[in-house]
Amino acid sequence: MPFDYAPAPESRSIVDIESNYGLFIGGSFSEPTSGEFFKTINPATEEVLSEVAEAGQADVDAAVAAARRAYDKTWSKMSGKDRAKYIFRIARLIQERSRELAVLETLDNGKPIRESRDVDLPLVAAHFFYHAGWADKLEFAGYGPDPKSLGVAAQVIPWNFPLLMLAWKVAPALACGNTVVLKPAETTPLTALAFADICQQAGLPPGVVNIITGAGETGRMLVEHPDVDKVAFTGSTEVGKAIQRAVAGTKKKLTLELGGKAANIVFDDAPIDQAIEGIVNGIYFNQGHVCCAGSRLLLQESVADEALASLKRRLTTLRLGDPLDKNTDIGAINSSMQLSKIEELTASGEAEGAERWSPTCPIPDKGFWFPPTVFTNVTQAHRIAREEIFGPVLSVLTFRTPEEAVAKANNTPFGLSAGIWTEKGSRILWMANQMRAGIVWANTFNRFDPTSPFGGFKESGFGREGGVQGLGAYLNVEDPS
Amino acid sequence: MSRVDVRKTHKLFIGGAFPRSESGRTYEVTDSKDQFLANMALASRKDARDAVLAARSAVAKWSTATAYNRGQVLYRIAEVMEGRREQFISEVSDSEGVSSRKAGAHVDAAIDRWVWYAGWADKYAQVIGNTNPVAGPFFNFSVPEPTGVVAAVAPQDASILGLVSVVAPIIVTGNAVIVMPSSSRPIPAITLAECLATSDVPAGVVNILTGAPAEVMPWLAEHADVNALDGAAPHADWQATPSLSRMRAFVEVKTVWHPMGV
Repeated sequence: MPFDYAPAPESRSIVDIESNYGLFIGGSFSEPTSGEFFKTINPATEEVLSEVAEAGQADVDAAVAAARRAYDKTWSKMSGKDRAKYIFRIARLIQERSRELAVLETLDNGKPIRESRDVDLPLVAAHFFYHAGWADKLEFAGYGPDPKSLGVAAQVIPWNFPLLMLAWKVAPALACGNTVVLKPAETTPLTALAFADICQQAGLPPGVVNIITGAGETGRMLVEHPDVDKVAFTGSTEVGKAIQRAVAGTKKKLTLELGGKAANIVFDDAPIDQAIEGIVNGIYFNQGHVCCAGSRLLLQESVADEALASLKRRLTTLRLGDPLDKNTDIGAINSSMQLSKIEELTASGEAEGAERWSPTCPIPDKGFWFPPTVFTNVTQAHRIAREEIFGPVLSVLTFRTPEEAVAKANNTPFGLSAGIWTEKGSRILWMANQMRAGIVWANTFNRFDPTSPFGGFKESGFGREGGVQGLGAYLNVEDPS
Repeated sequence: MSRVDVRKTHKLFIGGAFPRSESGRTYEVTDSKDQFLANMALASRKDARDAVLAARSAVAKWSTATAYNRGQVLYRIAEVMEGRREQFISEVSDSEGVSSRKAGAHVDAAIDRWVWYAGWADKYAQVIGNTNPVAGPFFNFSVPEPTGVVAAVAPQDASILGLVSVVAPIIVTGNAVIVMPSSSRPIPAITLAECLATSDVPAGVVNILTGAPAEVMPWLAEHADVNALDGAAPHADWQATPSLSRMRAFVEVKTVWHPMGV
């Protein structure tokens, strides 16, 4: 008789969700002048969690004006030492409220509580902690003796790591002396609104952080606003290109963190069990809603059969279901729209001749779900090898020589990340050198740290988030005068 | 009738505990008007050796703690000190004979100094370290590493700001320290020890010996298990924002070569 896991749900009583939320502008919540609200749901149950304001042009104008006022009157005049103290406060408040925020994130996003609790939230707090320390040390960061801020930053973030992407945007912006108008994704606005409450608790001067909710149209108005000095976007390459076109010819500084189609390359001398764990983490972590996901597995031919067998065996042990259950490995797909996209691309995989496999796993009746899926017999021409699926779908290809692995890995317009699995150190470094990707993981995957810059080559974007290099995205580095 | 206050016994701070001097000796500390303040423990050679032992046992874990963890511990010290701000101000004011306002400025600067160094924990390696583009198929990088056990004399005038300015850069870089605070103004140092003991600082990372540096420091200087000595500059401007120099002083630079090739 197989042993099964008893349900171990995390209590949601720690979270208080209001029935509706206004816009956080100038330090307080206000009704949208548009009068419009939209619903945000729990993708695991389709239960409506709350109604959230849809910011229109007048609201965007008000938010940018509040950020401009705060920049001119307060934040740009404040010493780095004092800015640091506010950001440290925010870091501590996030640590204190991390369980609450983790549950809220899981409810609104569908990711397993184990991930929101053990990955997202610790990284969020760490990101603020790290950047707090930079606020009064910018002269040591290599951008000249007295680097200056840019002004008002317009930031648009995705739904896959809602609060973590907020942290990646807000923390360096504030540390470098900018003020912020941030728009969270329409399907995951709740933790950003909880963050607004944290800004209030921290006593952050009004207008330094403004959170406006809405869909793509709100985002477009924000990045196109003439009084914005800096635009930072994380999301799809398609929208990123549209933003780049919109910003072209303006004074606005731009950083983009876009899609990826990372190769996870396993050599025949790799520690296979460890590699399997890394492959699973690389593509099934966060339901594959990860721009740097290891979505193309490149196996050296001599170990391909063995590795595939191990991988499939491992996938049968993954538990898909209630994201609030502490034993859950695979949560819900974030939206019906994303689910359709994954279904469309996987259907194309089959139609183009790749072989599809998923472990048998019960799918809940309500909500949006997709089982972990592996495609074999994939060629480089297949759409599932070229396009970002952003779901728990792995495309497996093989190679014979390191040179072939390099050619295949780099054969993509993207260049965000890559993974290398081998016991040979010199090969790791040679491969890392050959990869046209912003992040290369060796014998590990999906590691993140505020000290370590993140960002892509080629169509995966430009600019870095985290580390010393990430500060450059929010400093006036071209014109130090 | 006014309340009769309960006075504190001042002891050493070694390995996270507060022992009296093994020698049983104490010395009298007075305020700036020569009025009795307290009897302080007069540290001996044996106390110094105990402190080195405590520091050495703390180094392995502290130096390999993550930089993020060390940063949070240092920030915690600032938080705990802030809660005792009034106590520090009155002690600094008594010890140094300065106004509460001036003492307040010293105490605030000391707290802020912990915050400043806390932020450096996960950054100094990024500023001091680097990769080296050597002319060959090698990956080559240099990283700062803690030197180990440091014996330091804190400034004799700035009883809290000087002490914090000396201790913080030594421990943020992963070293353990045995420090002798101001001989004649040691009371704020013992209050700092109480903050350290309740701030997640692992036992032995900071050890505080009150007494006579001229008597104890030579023993520490000769001790084979002490890696570095720090005689703080007597006339330094401790109010000024520090540079990297005090952190650089207590790190070694390690360079690693690794071949690169298929």
